[in-house]
Amino acid sequence: MSTANLALNPELPPDRLLDGDHDYRSITDTVCQIVERPQPPKAWYVAFAVSSVLTVILFGLVGYLFVTGVGVWGNNAPVFWGWPIVNFVFWVGIGHAGTLISAILFLFRQHWRTSINRFAEAMTIFAVVCAGLFPGIHVGRVWLVYWLAPYPSQHLAMWPNFRSPLLWDVFAVSTYATVSLLFWYMGMIPDLATLRDRATTRVRQVAYGIAALGWTGSARQWSRYEKAYMLLAALATPLVLSVHTIVSFDFAVSQIPGWHTTIFPPYFVAGAIFSGFAMVITLVVPARAFFGLKDLVTIRHLENMTKIMLATGSMVGFAYAIEFFIAWYGGNPYEQFAFINRALGPYAWAYWTMVTCNVISPQLFWFKKFRTTPWLMVVVSIFINIGMWFERFVITVTSLSRDFLPSSWGYFKPTAVDVLMLIGSFGLFFTLFLLFCRYLPMVAMAEVKAVMPKPDTTAKVGNTASAEGGPQA
Amino acid sequence: MTTHSADTPQSHTVGLLAEFASQDELIQAGRTMRSAGYTSLDAYTPFPIHELDEALGVRPTRLPWLVLAAGLVGGISILAFQWWTNAVDYPMLISGKPLFSLPANIPVTFEVIVLSAAFAAFLGMLALNGLPRLASPLLRSVRFARATSDGFFLSVAATDPSFDPQATPAALRQAGATEVETLTESTTQQPLPRFLGMSLVVVGSLAVLPPLIIAGARSTTSEKPRLHNVFNMDFQPKFKSQTTSQLFADGRAMRPRIPGTVPRGSLPTNPEYEFGYVEPAAAAEPAAGDARQWVEEIPLRVTSELMERGRERFNIHCAVCHGRAGFGNGLVSQRAIELQQGTWVPPTSIHTQYVVEQPVGQLFNTITNGVRKMPAYGHQIPVEDRWAIVLYVRALQRSQQASLEDVPEDIRPTLRELN
Ligand code: HEC
Repeated sequence: MSTANLALNPELPPDRLLDGDHDYRSITDTVCQIVERPQPPKAWYVAFAVSSVLTVILFGLVGYLFVTGVGVWGNNAPVFWGWPIVNFVFWVGIGHAGTLISAILFLFRQHWRTSINRFAEAMTIFAVVCAGLFPGIHVGRVWLVYWLAPYPSQHLAMWPNFRSPLLWDVFAVSTYATVSLLFWYMGMIPDLATLRDRATTRVRQVAYGIAALGWTGSARQWSRYEKAYMLLAALATPLVLSVHTIVSFDFAVSQIPGWHTTIFPPYFVAGAIFSGFAMVITLVVPARAFFGLKDLVTIRHLENMTKIMLATGSMVGFAYAIEFFIAWYGGNPYEQFAFINRALGPYAWAYWTMVTCNVISPQLFWFKKFRTTPWLMVVVSIFINIGMWFERFVITVTSLSRDFLPSSWGYFKPTAVDVLMLIGSFGLFFTLFLLFCRYLPMVAMAEVKAVMPKPDTTAKVGNTASAEGGPQA
Repeated sequence: MTTHSADTPQSHTVGLLAEFASQDELIQAGRTMRSAGYTSLDAYTPFPIHELDEALGVRPTRLPWLVLAAGLVGGISILAFQWWTNAVDYPMLISGKPLFSLPANIPVTFEVIVLSAAFAAFLGMLALNGLPRLASPLLRSVRFARATSDGFFLSVAATDPSFDPQATPAALRQAGATEVETLTESTTQQPLPRFLGMSLVVVGSLAVLPPLIIAGARSTTSEKPRLHNVFNMDFQPKFKSQTTSQLFADGRAMRPRIPGTVPRGSLPTNPEYEFGYVEPAAAAEPAAGDARQWVEEIPLRVTSELMERGRERFNIHCAVCHGRAGFGNGLVSQRAIELQQGTWVPPTSIHTQYVVEQPVGQLFNTITNGVRKMPAYGHQIPVEDRWAIVLYVRALQRSQQASLEDVPEDIRPTLRELN
């Protein structure tokens, strides 16, 4: 795929973030041409057609669910949390890489993040959209979903229980969605201004003009902007960690064997970052090839991400082992049964799929070849995504299907609606993503310019400027 | 303020815009102009350049204080809100736990702190920057379009005390500007197009209609029958007790007991041992209260093991309400009294005279079936353990009625020191 970059890479200085010969203008051009060219690549149309069909299927099924009831899913006694909750946790997890890259790596001054952060943040938002859909339609009577909100109501004459993990979850996920959106949008304002200033049609001028809010890039604006960005990053960092922690509380605060464990918060957070990065890789590798961004998103960026996946993947593997250890060491027979049942019971197939995909496949990233060959990364990442979906399936379904009372055990079977909704949620995700690629700046231009080495001014920028700007005084 | 040649009756000068070839030249020019006495300077760059803050004397922003304040206000308000809604306005009783417990209220408080601080950071940044501002003299300059790609600009506002229409452009060129242009702004306000205002009014009034209709429907009664959106939720196909059913030959929905089965707890082999009483043989109706012949002696061999077992079981099952010594002051009771629970009946002290006088069989029955407000524990405590508890209750009662003779002789002399 990008053998040229690979060959080039070893000669570059280690702190170099971009490949190729770039100045400010060429960065602007590279990123803006994606949005500005009249026709996107053919592959975009194909992908968009497929994903929008899937989205239509998804919304069709949601409509069917509304008029028929949650019986269209496989959820039934004793597994009342079936695929919808599995899908919810899966998508929320994916949504963690974006804010991690933008916030945590920003606070740690990891400059390599600038090429991929916009991209990953967009992915976060779309993943959270998919995630929010599932609990939203899971409430049964969707037309009463506003009961989740603490509003003074004459009709109910009561308030929600603020000490319930499910309510915490409502607050956590909606705060996360809002703050990620603010962060993403704020980061994009300067780049939207660039698109506005380059716009040639009236529609683009007005649309990007409104979206850019009148940004001029003045020193005073930048000074406040950077402070605001830093503050948002500092706020988003604990937020990222809190969101999946609270999602894990949905399980851990209940008393079902296999859920009621203190390791859940860190284990969920590690898993979320793991799956999020896998999704970034799955998306960014094709995108950089199709849209000519190989100079900005280099092999070095990809390699760094694979290293993070190796680290978080190993944490997840460690957590799996510790769960078994604690079940044995804790001496609670129900807990012990829950874990033996996971590995050897009727869902053993799901458990071992999960272990193979999540524990074994990231270990391939110890090999340089896997860390630097884009297509291999994508293959491993797809396996990781599969594994992470199964992790949530194993946690949710095995524990519920066999808890304390053997007489109420059961075996969960998904329906066609379950399967199509999961596939449809991928359609929604990719539809939004493809629209983003087409209409918004995919790489944070201003940030890349700020961390790239100063171009040789006399040779390049100076020449163009004086050629346009007339004689010097 | 001086007037400038570019001024026409419709527009006036707001400042000068100078372009520079590179960021270094821009920073240098900024320093030069500032030391020349200009104060209303600003620079425009495609990305943040920190040296400019110092060169132009940009003061640090107040934004962090705004964010801190918003976070604090948000956090304190939501904490107070949780306390008021869950402990005051609609007290949530969950397994006798305190109505307000900080740890369980932290997650929501944390999320709201982050949310309000994040909004403050974003909106505060926009507000302090005077954004959104969709039209400005800068954005009308064609050259200025490069400021968001690769151009570097410096502006001097016409309001600057040192501004001079002739001298300032020269000074800018002197400082290295490749081009200097005058920024003008129209003096006549252009009103919004008429159709825009009209359509805003129309859309706005249409938007308030649905909430008004809903509010109206909610606050009035209707004579029409209720709408059933989800029919099978309002009318569920199921049988209730005492109703008919076509399913069975006898037409009853309730099923009689299947022959040969015995309901829970109705197969006494040894009523004295299992119930603690025997019914008078003649009675046709099940006997209650006085008609029962209570068992007077514990139907088990009384050993110190049984006593130990009784103590253990009592402390597990009874002490929470009755207290470890049986005075009716257990933790649950204390807590209920503390919370001023209207419906709470204090557990009877087992040292009350009428309880002391009860036969063991009656005590056994109290444990098995409960009494008045006290729940039954028969399903939870096996028969033998119930007798063990009765034995221990007897021992507790005895302890309060004891005389000096009951105390072993070797301990008697030390008794006073125990107080
Ligand atoms: C949930 C709290 C609770 C527990 C646990 C409990 N009791 Fe009681 N008990 C009460 C209350 C309340 C009363 C008084 C009921 C009334 O007057 O309505 C009572 C009354 C009694 C009485 C007096 C009965 C009478 O004839 O007036 C006895 C004896 C007694 N309990 C014994 C026990 C024993 C033995 C146990 C342990 C197996 C036990 N209780 C466990 C709450 C409790």
